[in-house]
Amino acid sequence: MNWKTTATAMGLALLASTGLARADGVLNIYNWGNYTSPDVIKKFEAKYNIKVSITDYDSNDTALAKVRQGGTGFDIAVPSQTYVPIWIKEGLLLETDPGKMENFKNVAPEWANPEFDPGRKYSVPWAWGTIGVVVNTDAYKGPADTWGIVFNTPDELKGKVNVVPEMNDVIFAAIKYVGGQQCTDDKAVLKKVRDLLVAAKPNWIAMEYNTIEKMGAGDFKATSDWNGSALRQRLANAAIHYNYPKEGFGLWSDNVVVLKEAKNVENAKLFQNFIMDPENAAGLSAFHRYANAITGSDKYMPADMKDAPEVVIPADAKPKGEFQKMCAPETQELYTKIWTELQK
Amino acid sequence: MATAEEVAKAAERRDVRDRWLLSAPALLVILLAATGPLLIVLVYSFLTPGAYGDVKWQFSPDAWISVFMERDIFDDTLSLAAAHVTIFWRSIKLAVVTTLATLALGFPTAYFMATRSEKTRDLWLFLITIPFWTNLLIRTFAVLQIIRNEGIINTILLKLGIISAPIQILYTDTAILIGMAYVYLPLMVLPIYASMEKLDFRLVEAGYDLYATRFKVLRKIIFPLVKPGVIAGSILVFIPALGAYVTPVVLGGGKNMMLSNLIELQFGQGRNWPLGSALSITVMVIVMLALLAYVRNAGKSGVRHG
Repeated sequence: MNWKTTATAMGLALLASTGLARADGVLNIYNWGNYTSPDVIKKFEAKYNIKVSITDYDSNDTALAKVRQGGTGFDIAVPSQTYVPIWIKEGLLLETDPGKMENFKNVAPEWANPEFDPGRKYSVPWAWGTIGVVVNTDAYKGPADTWGIVFNTPDELKGKVNVVPEMNDVIFAAIKYVGGQQCTDDKAVLKKVRDLLVAAKPNWIAMEYNTIEKMGAGDFKATSDWNGSALRQRLANAAIHYNYPKEGFGLWSDNVVVLKEAKNVENAKLFQNFIMDPENAAGLSAFHRYANAITGSDKYMPADMKDAPEVVIPADAKPKGEFQKMCAPETQELYTKIWTELQK
Repeated sequence: MATAEEVAKAAERRDVRDRWLLSAPALLVILLAATGPLLIVLVYSFLTPGAYGDVKWQFSPDAWISVFMERDIFDDTLSLAAAHVTIFWRSIKLAVVTTLATLALGFPTAYFMATRSEKTRDLWLFLITIPFWTNLLIRTFAVLQIIRNEGIINTILLKLGIISAPIQILYTDTAILIGMAYVYLPLMVLPIYASMEKLDFRLVEAGYDLYATRFKVLRKIIFPLVKPGVIAGSILVFIPALGAYVTPVVLGGGKNMMLSNLIELQFGQGRNWPLGSALSITVMVIVMLALLAYVRNAGKSGVRHG
């Protein structure tokens, strides 16, 4: 590079930085890692002349703990539905009333008035999905629409099953498998759950999050997993199938909320409204590979997601899906003890 | 007029004051960066867990009780916290075995390095330190790539026809030990090498001249003289090995908790910060006791030579 080009580059950089300074504002988003479509963000920045910055977190507990300490500088966060009531109760959220926003008409009816945020006073849907069982059909050809793959592993899969170590998800699945209700504190049921888990563990090869890579490489032949992760696995290897357990499976959703301590409230509201637009919602889905809750977004969805069995729940499985809830602290304590005993 | 005695006293006072002022920055750093956070951990361990993480400012000894005792959730009997003891024991065992393994590998390595010519020594030292330039996580994943079913070892053995199905090394205790030994080996080699380098090899020659066997020379001359290095290396390996988090999770598959995972659970999904704090302090006490016992023992049986 000679001096002239260097000077030009520096000039351009200077221009770019003053350009940023001239943006009408900023928006600081606090979201799960590898979850936010850069294309949609670029579109938002261009449309409103707002500079967006994104910070990652890796768990609901991390996000909650950090925001509760205050002074984060974030305007927006994306907690899961099990956590949204806590954020509301702890007074961390600003009541932006998305239910009255212009694009709210696009929100699918079943997502317009959820139990975790009645009337959508605080939150806007970001993504939703299911937790089921993924099986490599080269290794096991039998019926796989059951948690039995994990808890009562068939011989072909023994020593090849992974379990994603999300305590609440695993306990939920085990409770369903023994025929109980989620968040139960019935000792008789929990005893069955404990015995089931302890007896099942010797057949597991690992308890890991890294399922996309390990299922692809063949280290695992089956795993409990999220549907978007299962979709990516199938696109890499057509023999990998996602199954909806007939005993009941968990539904989850992540939701965009505005923090009470937000400094850029108006920009945050613009963002909430922006992602309820069908085309933008489809753009988000194309990146994170989960369904969104916006009617009319299907026509903008990528071709490989439109009819994907991981995204579109089959009609016969649909009634078995159940929204996961936050259990009472005392119940949670029982679950932690079972979990510790399982992993000791 | 001040007497000579008063002048001396004043000078002494000034001297004391200057010493305090000069050491103040260091004291402040120690207080803020080391003691302060530990005090917070200690205080938290005596509080009540908040409903969704954090703590409530209400005194409670429950966290400390549940470190050692557990109330069975099904028949409500109080007994020794078997799960915690199992996890503590597993971590301590792993740390001890890792220390022994790195010692077994590191001692000959250091001896080899120290007995090279002075020019080549630097090259060996350089090679030992290279792994430090990369992140622990990357080194652990490198081991994973070597031992996994589709990894280098299994692929070569399969291609050569020595085995017909891949050997399952990943997700076993062997895998954890391989990873730990690899990751912590430099911490053992370097201090031993530092002692070994100063070793006067004329003493070894003298030993041979006096008809000592090779083993006797090793046991009576070399080992006693490099003992400080062995002790330093063992301590440097043992302490981080006890708190190892990444290596057991990545190579062991996370099925069996280590101490660090148990503590992390309390601050994450378990939402019991006081218990997490109490467990952390328990680990520190164990390390301290182990060190005291080790150093005292090592001192007692110290060599009398010269």
